[in-house]
Amino acid sequence: MLGSAVPVPADVAVEPAMPDVLPPIKVRRGLAGFVYRHPTIAFGAALLIAMLSIAVLAPYLGTVDPTALSPAKRTRAPSAEFWFGTDMFGRDVYSRVMYGARVSLTVGFSVAILASLAGLAVGLISGFVRWADGIIMRIMDGMMSIPPILLAVALMALTRASVTNVVTAITIAEFPRVARLVRGVVLSLREQPYVDAAVAAGTRGPMIILRHILPNTLAPMTVQATYICASAMIVEAILSFIGAGTPPSVPSWGNIMAEGRALWQVKPFIVFFPAVFLSLTVLAVNLLGDGLRDMLDPRMAKRL
Amino acid sequence: MLAHIFRRIVATIPVMAIVALFVFSLLYIAPGDPAAVIAGEQASPEDVEKIRKGLGLDRPFVSRFGEWSWHILQADLGTSMFTGLPVTQLIVQRLEPTLSLMVVTLILSITIAVPMGVIAAWKAGTWVDRGLMAFAVLGFSVPVFVVGYVLAYVFALELDWFPVQGYTPLSAGFWPWLENLVLPAIALGCVYIALIARITRASMLEVLQQDYIRTARSKGMGQSGILFVHALKNAAVPIVTVIGIGVALLIGGAVVTESVFAIPGLGRLTIDAIVRRDYPVIQGIVLLFSLVYVLVNLAVDVIYTLLDPRIRY
Amino acid sequence: MPLLEINDLQTHFRTPDGVNRAVDGVSFQMGEGETLAVVGESGCGKSVTANSILRLIPEPPGKIAGSIRFRGVDLLKLSDKEMRRVRGNDISMIFQEPMTSLNPVLTVGRQLGETLRLHQRVSRREADARAVEMLRLVGIPEAKRRLGEYPHQLSGGMRQRVMIAIALSCRPKLLIADEPTTALDVTIQAQILDLMKDLKAKVGAAIILITHDLGIVAEVAERVMVMYAGRKVEEAPVEKLFRTPRHPYTQGLFGAVPKLGSSLAGNLTKLAEIPGVVPSLKQRICGCVFATRCASATDLCRQSAPALELKAPGHLAACHFAPKEALAA
Repeated sequence: MLGSAVPVPADVAVEPAMPDVLPPIKVRRGLAGFVYRHPTIAFGAALLIAMLSIAVLAPYLGTVDPTALSPAKRTRAPSAEFWFGTDMFGRDVYSRVMYGARVSLTVGFSVAILASLAGLAVGLISGFVRWADGIIMRIMDGMMSIPPILLAVALMALTRASVTNVVTAITIAEFPRVARLVRGVVLSLREQPYVDAAVAAGTRGPMIILRHILPNTLAPMTVQATYICASAMIVEAILSFIGAGTPPSVPSWGNIMAEGRALWQVKPFIVFFPAVFLSLTVLAVNLLGDGLRDMLDPRMAKRL
Repeated sequence: MLAHIFRRIVATIPVMAIVALFVFSLLYIAPGDPAAVIAGEQASPEDVEKIRKGLGLDRPFVSRFGEWSWHILQADLGTSMFTGLPVTQLIVQRLEPTLSLMVVTLILSITIAVPMGVIAAWKAGTWVDRGLMAFAVLGFSVPVFVVGYVLAYVFALELDWFPVQGYTPLSAGFWPWLENLVLPAIALGCVYIALIARITRASMLEVLQQDYIRTARSKGMGQSGILFVHALKNAAVPIVTVIGIGVALLIGGAVVTESVFAIPGLGRLTIDAIVRRDYPVIQGIVLLFSLVYVLVNLAVDVIYTLLDPRIRY
Repeated sequence: MPLLEINDLQTHFRTPDGVNRAVDGVSFQMGEGETLAVVGESGCGKSVTANSILRLIPEPPGKIAGSIRFRGVDLLKLSDKEMRRVRGNDISMIFQEPMTSLNPVLTVGRQLGETLRLHQRVSRREADARAVEMLRLVGIPEAKRRLGEYPHQLSGGMRQRVMIAIALSCRPKLLIADEPTTALDVTIQAQILDLMKDLKAKVGAAIILITHDLGIVAEVAERVMVMYAGRKVEEAPVEKLFRTPRHPYTQGLFGAVPKLGSSLAGNLTKLAEIPGVVPSLKQRICGCVFATRCASATDLCRQSAPALELKAPGHLAACHFAPKEALAA
C-alpha cells in the first residue's frame, strides 16, 4: 500500500504506534484447522470409524466363531490365546466383543434413522394439520411420560426376543421426542414471513415442506439423531443385560455382560471388555453429537 | 396460585389416561399372539388358552379396558400371573428400597451437579471447565451398570469401604441404610449428574452474559455473590426442568442398578417379571413409574412460580 | 491531583479471526465534579473505554493495558478484591438498557440495599431506610412500596431512576453513564437528564457521559471528547467544540446538527451520516484512522498517524491539517 513513502514535513507531529497487548492470533485452515476448531467432532468421528471398522471387519480380526462352545476352556483369564479370556461356556470373549460391535451399531443406527423418520412424519402432520395437532401431541405427551427403558421393557415382554423387536421397541420409545422437535420448528417457521409469502404465492404444501421446513429441521434433527443413536445403544445393552433384549444366542455387548454378571466378583474381565467397548462407542457418538451441535447451531449450543 | 396448581393437577389426568390406554392396548397391538409369547415355547395349547383368559384377551377391547381402568382407579392393578398375588401388594412390598435409592440419588446428584455446572460456567473455556465437561460426557456415555460394577469392584471388593450388595431398611437405622445406598446412588446418579451439570453450565453461561450481571459487578459484588445470588436464580428454570425430565432416566436406571447391587426393590420385581413374562406386574410398574414421573414434573411446574416472579398464571 | 487520569489505555480482545483493538491508546484527565461527554459512532470504543475504567471487561478474552489513575491510584494494578471496593463505592456506573440492567428475579429493595451493604456497615433495616431515601431522591413515588416490587413491575423511566439510585447510593466520586437515555422515550429522556444534573449538584460527583446524541452533550457536558475507531481524535470545552470543530470527523458529525445556541434543549438531534464505514479494528491501522472516510486525506495521512496536538487553548485534535490557532505561551 505504501510503495512510495511520503516525506514527513518537519512541523508534523506523528503519533508513535501502540504496542501489541495480546499475542497475534493464528488462523488455522484446512483439515488441521477443522480438527483444531472442532476437536470433539474429529475425535468422536475417528473413534466411531474405528468401531465401524471393527464391526465390518470382525471376521478378519483374528476372531473365531463367537458362539463356539468349549466347556473344557471355561472362564480362562486373558492370555495370548484368548486375548479377553473366555466366558462360562468357554466362548472366546474377544471374538464375541468384536462381533458384538455389529449388534450395538446396527441397533444404534437403525433406531436413530427410524425414530428420525417417524418423528419427522408425525411432527410434520402435527405442525401442519391443525385439528390433528391436539390429539397427536396428547398421545406424544403420554408416551413421553413413560420412562423409555420401561416402555421398551413392556414392549419386549410381549414380543419374542430379536434384534428387530429391540429396534422397534426402542424406536417407539424414542420417536415422540423427535416429533416434538419437528413440530416446534414447523410451528415457529409457519409464523415466518417467507413461509407466509410462499403460501400467499400459491406454493403447495409439499413444496413448502421441501423448500423451507426440511432444511430448517435438518440441523436440529441430525443432532437429535446422534443422541438417539447413543441412547439406543445404551438401552439395548440395558435390555439385554436384564434379559429383555436380544436373544442370548446373539453376541451383543449387553448379552456378554449379562452372562458375565454372575461371575463378576471372581472373573471381572468378562464384564470389563464389552463394557469398555460399549462405553467408547457411546462416547464417540456423544462427542460427535456435541460437536455437530456446536457447529450447526451455536445458539442451541448455548442452551445445552 | 392454588387455582394454578389445581389446573395443573387436572391437566395430568388426560396424560395419565393416555399412558393407561397405551400400556393396556399394547397387549392387543403387539405383533403375533401375546398369549403364546407369554406362555413360552413349550406351552400346550391349553396353557396358552388359560393365559389368554387370564389376560382377558378373549373379551372385547372396550369392555375389558373399562373394567381394567375401573379397577386401577381403586388401586387394584390386577393379579400376578406367576405368583397369583395382587400386583398392588407386590409393588408396595418392594417400594421402600426403590424410593430410598431414588431419593438419595436425587439429593446427591443435585448437590454435586449444580455447583459443578456453576463452576464450569464461571471458568468457561479453561481447563477446569473442559475437565468437568469431559467428566460429564463420560457420565453420559458409560452405562449405569458398568459404573456400578466398577464402583462395587473398587470401593467394596478391593477397598472394603462399603458393603458390596444388598439393602438395609430404614427402620434398621439411618447409617446402615445409607451405607448400602451410597455406591448404588453414585452409579445411578452419574448420567443424571452429567445431565444436570451440562444444563446448569449452559444456562449459567447464558445468564452470565446478561446486562444485570454486569450491573452487579459494577456495584462491587464478589464472584460468589454474582454466581450464586444473581445468576443461579435466573438460570434455575431450565435446570429445574431438566431435573424433572431426568427423573425418567433415574427410573430406567434404577431397574438396572438394583440388579447390580442386589437391592430387592421394584427393579428386581421388574426383572423377575420379565423373566417370567408376567405382564400384569410389568403393566403395574410402568403405570406407577409414569405416575411418579408425571407428578415430579407437576411439582417442577409449581416450582417455576417460586423461582421467577415474572411467571404468573 | 486530577480525579481521574488515563494514559495510553488499550483494550484488546481475542477473537477467532484476530485481535480486536477496540480501544487503542486513549488518554484523558478529569477534575473533581467535572462533566465530560464522550461521543462517537457505535463501535468506536466509547463503551469499552467506560467498562475498562471499572475493569468490567472479561479477561480473557479481553486485555486492558496502560494506566487508569483514580485519585493517584492505578486501578489496573489493584487486586480483584481492592477493585471491588472501588466499584459502586468510589466509581459507579449506569447502563443503556434499563430494561435488562436490573436483575429480574430480585426485588428493587434488595438490589438497592445490596450496594449499601456491600460497601458500608449497615444492617438490613438501615439499608432499607437508606434505600427508601434514595428512591425518594430520584423522584420515585411510594418509595416504600416499590422496595418489594420486581423490575418488571416498573416502567423504563422508573427503572433507570432505580439504576441511578443504585449508582449514587454510596455517594461515588465518579459516575459513568453509558448512554443512559438512549433507550427511553424523548420526554422521559429529558426528565432523566434533569435528574442527573440535579443529583450531580447534590452529590458532587464527576460524570463521564457516553452518548452519540449531540443534543445531550450541549445540554449537560462541560468538556467533550470525540472518539473514532478506538482512538481519541478531538477534545475541547463544549462551546469551542460546537463553535469550531477541528477534526474532519467531528465536522462530519456536526454536518446536520444546528449550531450551539439555536435552542438545542428540545431538539435532540442524532449524528449525521458520514459516508463509508469504520475500518476493521482487527488489523493495525497505519496512518490516520479516519483517512479512509476523510474527504481531504492525503498520502501523508494514509502513511503516518497524526498526533493529538493542542490546536487552540484547551482544544486537542489529531489531524495533520487542522488549523492551529496562535497559542498564547
